[in-house]
Amino acid sequence: MSTNAVEMTPAHKEALAELLFQLADDDFLLSYRGSEWLGLAPHIEEDVASSSISQDTMGHAKMYFGLLEELGYGKIDDLAHGRSAKERKNSILVERENGAGYYMETPRYDWAYAVVRNYFYTLAKKVKIDSLKKTTYQPLAEVATKVSMELFYHHIHWRTWFTQLLSSSDEAKERMNKAIEGVMADFGDVFSYGNASQSFKEFALIEDATVLKQRWEAALEEVVKALHIESPIIQQPDRNGRLGEHTEELDRALSTLSEVYRLNPSVPW
Amino acid sequence: MYQPTLVAEKDIMEALELVQDPEISTVSVVDLGMIEGVEIHDSHVSITMLPTFLGCPALEIIKKNVVEQIQSVAGVEAVEVLFKTAPPWTSDRITEKGQKGLKAFGIAPPPKHFTEDGSWHVDCPYCGSTYVTLDNIFGPTACRSILYCKSCKNPFEAMKPISNLM
Ligand SMILES: [Zn+2]
Repeated sequence: MSTNAVEMTPAHKEALAELLFQLADDDFLLSYRGSEWLGLAPHIEEDVASSSISQDTMGHAKMYFGLLEELGYGKIDDLAHGRSAKERKNSILVERENGAGYYMETPRYDWAYAVVRNYFYTLAKKVKIDSLKKTTYQPLAEVATKVSMELFYHHIHWRTWFTQLLSSSDEAKERMNKAIEGVMADFGDVFSYGNASQSFKEFALIEDATVLKQRWEAALEEVVKALHIESPIIQQPDRNGRLGEHTEELDRALSTLSEVYRLNPSVPW
Repeated sequence: MYQPTLVAEKDIMEALELVQDPEISTVSVVDLGMIEGVEIHDSHVSITMLPTFLGCPALEIIKKNVVEQIQSVAGVEAVEVLFKTAPPWTSDRITEKGQKGLKAFGIAPPPKHFTEDGSWHVDCPYCGSTYVTLDNIFGPTACRSILYCKSCKNPFEAMKPISNLM
């Protein structure tokens, strides 16, 4: 049964908004981290590809923020740039810095980390989007259908990098394994709905997080098996981004990305 | 007594045919299959459009160009352009005329078929050779890929296939 915003109870609307904030903040932050790679990717083709993926991903965040705007939660720009770290619902994984150094000075970003983070995240996003195509909130189901078409290419792209680097030199394998470890340490809240699991279920917004996590693990297992490496294990997180618990890395990201916005929040840009 | 001019859908469609893709001057928004609906209420025109890609930065420019073009149609007083995601834009919405326009610009039209692993094939828009390689699935804009023709040794672009199967 599909619903629209008009006939929603306050509890229903709140649950929907919670889900939209989680989805929007995830894509928004990861897209920002992707944009910091501009001009630094291993080669020019990759620079074109990853900036195109970041642009698509920012477009997805914009769609979710747009749905929140329709529900009366504020303007897209304010939602994207005007919220403090405590209000953010993104997972810890997407707020992590790309590596040592600042991108305006001497960044020493880690490409292995970028590949693993993007691949594992994109696979998780794909699992969620497939579930969201059947959500009871029709406008979200429509967005998910469209996002899915673009995600198709992102997924192939990152899977290709992942398998190629893990089939490459010993140094590449070593760096990839280190990156897998780092990404897994932060993956615990990717499949968490914070305090909203019950309400997501009640209003049939998205399937249970445990079910989605299992699908993610099964899909990844096929890929790693062919590469003769062990299945990565998701670690228990010491903080949960869905509950507004974040690292200083998010504070730094927000202060940089909202710099222009804060000059004059009333100017659209 | 003053009689408002009747706005005909035909005139609106003709005007839309004049709105080009900001980056490909040989195809219109109609050829690209971006127009989903036109509604006319007296002198008010409402156009529903489908974004090709959600993060496409050209959407705002396209919207502005559509508004300007429709405002120039006799009898039109107000224009509204809405972007919708349903039905999703797919690359098979590009018309035959649109495919010709793309080719004239050196861009291969989107392939009709692709395999499960996402691979697909197009011919070189310059010499028609099938002897081409895919350089980068991601091109200079969200909707295009970069290829290379081994026969005429030209790099070229192709519209990415976007389908409901994805
Ligand atoms: Zn050729």
